[in-house]
Amino acid sequence: MRNAVGAVDSVLVLGGRSEIGAAVAERLVRDGARRVALAARGAADSAGIAEVAARLRAAGASEVHPLEFDAARPETHAAVVEAAAELVGDLDAVVDAFGVLGDQAAFEADPAAAAAAATATYTGHVSAGLAVARRLREQGHGTLVVLSSVAGVRVRRANFVYGSAKAGLDGFAQGLGDALHGSGARVLLVRPGYVRTRMSAHVSAAPFPATPGQVADAVAEGLRTGAETVWVPRRLRLVFAGMRALPRPLWRRLPR
Amino acid sequence: MAAMARRRALLTGWGRTSPTAATVWRPRTAEEAASLLRAAAREPAAARRGAIARGLGRSYGDAAQCAGGAVLDCADLAPGYRLDPGRALVTASAGTSLAELMAHLLPRGFFLPVVPGTRHVTVGGAIGADIHGKNHHADSSFGAHVRALRILTPDGAHREASPGTDPELFWATVGGMGLTGVVTEATFSVVPVETSAMRVDIDRVPDLDAALALMSAHDADYPYSVCWVDLLARGPALGRGVLTRARHARAGELAPAARRDPLAYAPRAVAAAPPHVPPRLLDTWSVRAFNAAYYARAPRRGRGRIQQLSSFFHPLDAVRGWNRLYGPRGLVQYQFALPFGAEEELRRVVAALAAARAPSFLTVLKRLGPGTPAPLSFPIPGWTLALDLPAELPGLAALLHRLDERVLAAGGRIYLAKDSRARAAAVHAMYPRLEEWRALRSRVDPDGVLVSDLARRLEL
Repeated sequence: MRNAVGAVDSVLVLGGRSEIGAAVAERLVRDGARRVALAARGAADSAGIAEVAARLRAAGASEVHPLEFDAARPETHAAVVEAAAELVGDLDAVVDAFGVLGDQAAFEADPAAAAAAATATYTGHVSAGLAVARRLREQGHGTLVVLSSVAGVRVRRANFVYGSAKAGLDGFAQGLGDALHGSGARVLLVRPGYVRTRMSAHVSAAPFPATPGQVADAVAEGLRTGAETVWVPRRLRLVFAGMRALPRPLWRRLPR
Repeated sequence: MAAMARRRALLTGWGRTSPTAATVWRPRTAEEAASLLRAAAREPAAARRGAIARGLGRSYGDAAQCAGGAVLDCADLAPGYRLDPGRALVTASAGTSLAELMAHLLPRGFFLPVVPGTRHVTVGGAIGADIHGKNHHADSSFGAHVRALRILTPDGAHREASPGTDPELFWATVGGMGLTGVVTEATFSVVPVETSAMRVDIDRVPDLDAALALMSAHDADYPYSVCWVDLLARGPALGRGVLTRARHARAGELAPAARRDPLAYAPRAVAAAPPHVPPRLLDTWSVRAFNAAYYARAPRRGRGRIQQLSSFFHPLDAVRGWNRLYGPRGLVQYQFALPFGAEEELRRVVAALAAARAPSFLTVLKRLGPGTPAPLSFPIPGWTLALDLPAELPGLAALLHRLDERVLAAGGRIYLAKDSRARAAAVHAMYPRLEEWRALRSRVDPDGVLVSDLARRLEL
């Protein structure tokens, strides 16, 4: 159960190898969470998952379970959610952290690869998110933390495959949050800017970069306050209020 | 027979934190309640969400919530009560509120054996939390005055329990937070009174030591005693407060006009908190101003003041929905008890709260007397301190965890009816008789049908 000061007991991370997902899980464990399921493709014998699990145990988790999860196989997602609930009990917080940033130029050269990345970044979240929502609605409580991106708030020329997928995810998460209103379950929409991770190492940093730890802090704060949307860093909210108003010819010329 | 009313609803405790959704049923008879428990027990184990009884929702945390399951709102449960004036006994349905009972009993010259800080609790809730009041040092908790219970257990059986017959079930239910069964009826003793007024002595106490000394030396002279503490005072004024001690007034002590109807009792809510309150209304500054004014206004030494019973026992009930004053994020109440001998630790806790500038305007210190045999009953002989804090207070989680550790190390515990944030391991260590209680519960509820958010969170 989420308690009165925002701490949870159990966490499911979808995308257990994600640096941001792991940082969020670690933060929630430090705040009191004891049971974690790390869902990822090939989770059972993944060195990356084992490393995250060790980190979480060192932070105080009493149980960390690897769980097989393939974003590209939507027909399996409901079963993954049920398996997670069997392992850790009620899902107090579910961190929806999987996605592929990729390389825009490569995507433009390989449309099929672009579509596969869009599946990981968007449509996989539709099936997983709806499966999670059904479980949270039944249990009468729980928070789905959706890691969107400012890339989806207004899509840029420089990364429009990724950005459009995040735009879809962002809209989906808003709608799902409204659908869950009054059910005891809710969606916490997280909009980070550029976050320094392995996934983003090949991209030059955008203004107002953040670390996975800052995203984790924002998620913990959002759980505590019951916020619907958090921006990381917070000032991006204002920045993007301005960005959204930029005229198209100007927006188009933004540096890659 | 019309179908039982039910609705899917978001529920919270009085602190208005951590809402969860459940199906809320309003059973009207014990039989209807039994059928609900049987239905909850029939759910396949993997999908079972359980059931819990709820009274007037005055537990601060998640004790009367059952996320995804069934909540039995007991307000309509076979309402009724009868007074046996010869034996000074009342038998009441569990959904009866203490407010209703007081209105019935006082004109007939009787008062409840124990009342908490609000009269808006049910008899069932009073037993489940084994509530205590300002007379705990003299009269123990509510459970000590209960003679018999009717309890509905998850197998659908109606059981009778008293300290003489089935004491195990009786004492596991007293303080058992509703997890051993649904109490449907209770018989308990009441006390004769001459008037509906209190004769009150008030002392301003300049610091915590003065309060502890006065209460230790003279509590025995008064059936009721409680000390309000200014938690924001620091330095030499640490723990300063206003000690209020009282007994029921005798008819001859009333003003001549009041003597015509010495048992008149007509409590009213004089104000209501507005439906929407901005965040941070109660912060360090506003509470500091309130506390300073409250302390300054109290007489240095007042004797023999005649006060209405409701303003002595239930001043907060005069403000309907006062919990909304803490804003949309709600409040966290923290109440702990420390055994006699741990006064140094009590002082350190008060100092830690004062150093953290905890903006609590309703901090109450009380000397506790003998406990009951109930394994999960909160009061132990010693001291209890209760405070309210805004849930949005930065650093609150860490502050209270540090206090939990101190309380635990000093042999104390926190009060489950107030809790909304403790960790399971800490609570298990604070209640060393938990295993004994669990053994009894598994006798009456082997499949774990009765469950609350509190029980899930604290793994009771």
